[in-house]
Amino acid sequence: MRPFYLLLVLVAVVAGVLMWRASRSSGSDVSATAPDAPAFVTAADSAFQGYVLGSATAPVEVVEFADFQCPHCGEFANVQFPTIRDQLISTGRLRWRFRDFPLNFPWSRVAALAGQCAGEQGKFWEMEDALFQQQAAWGRSSSNPTSAFRDLARGIGADLDKYNACMDSQRYAGRIEASHRDGMARGVTGTPTFFVNGRELDNTRFGNSDAFKNMVDSLTGKGRH
Amino acid sequence: MRRRQAIAFLALVGCCIALYLWFYKIGIIGKLQCGSGSCEYVQTSSYGALFGVPVAFYGVLGYAVIFAVAIAGLQPSQLARRWPTTALALLSAGGFLFTLYLTGIELFVLHAICRWCVGSAVVMCAITAVALSGWFARNSPS
Repeated sequence: MRPFYLLLVLVAVVAGVLMWRASRSSGSDVSATAPDAPAFVTAADSAFQGYVLGSATAPVEVVEFADFQCPHCGEFANVQFPTIRDQLISTGRLRWRFRDFPLNFPWSRVAALAGQCAGEQGKFWEMEDALFQQQAAWGRSSSNPTSAFRDLARGIGADLDKYNACMDSQRYAGRIEASHRDGMARGVTGTPTFFVNGRELDNTRFGNSDAFKNMVDSLTGKGRH
Repeated sequence: MRRRQAIAFLALVGCCIALYLWFYKIGIIGKLQCGSGSCEYVQTSSYGALFGVPVAFYGVLGYAVIFAVAIAGLQPSQLARRWPTTALALLSAGGFLFTLYLTGIELFVLHAICRWCVGSAVVMCAITAVALSGWFARNSPS
């Protein structure tokens, strides 16, 4: 019987060592969790605080950290966000701020670049919609979906010459990395993660538009009697 | 006795896999070693959590309980008892059904395969086979 227990201990020890090494090599190092991350981030990159949708005077601001290739983000963007936009953002009650938080999907950072390059032409939100709506098509591509992103850029009416130059230069890679580091500093570990007026939301309670509406109601006093 | 030993060993392996996935989910491990699979796609999908709790955590709990029952059944005073055999059969059957559900989600909803999840599914199938064979072999309590 004793050799059997020794075998169990051996398995546990080997697994423990492997997991410890895995956590040491990638758990806290930003560049390791983002292999394509640029090393250089400028002050201007860090100063950019994301694209904003909604009134500057809205009483509530939600900051969303998201990844264009994350399925959960796509589900939220395609199912919940249109209602939030119609009922809360368009009515001036809520301001929405999008921050890039690329995970380790193969095309997370390329997609984030496509968003930023469309944003350079004032078409970030159109591109955001297009990327999430077409996520199922490009998200599982085994080859770089740059041409698919170019088609999306064409579809939203972007100037393709400027868009292509932007993508080729990767001029917003530092901005994306800065946003990712900011998210890490704020404790973001997955996507989508929401902060309302600076406070992190419990994703398990805010997975639908009704919950957001109730939250805005409570913060603006509309739901009180 | 051999069956309970085998189940304890397999449950420990399964628990290690589930722990690895859970550590990834809660941010202790930043990147999954997945080869050409779609581990992160599966893990970060909306099916990576159930009732707000990462699915991998249910795996850790399930395997830990199976491991504990198997070890308890290996104690000299319990070797001849039937209850560990019955408990292991019931627990593994539940784990097998849960595994079937998760594998179905991967294959038919997400259309993506997580190699670690496949590893866990293989372990759970093996546990179920051993546990049920012990339960059906009524003449042999262990």
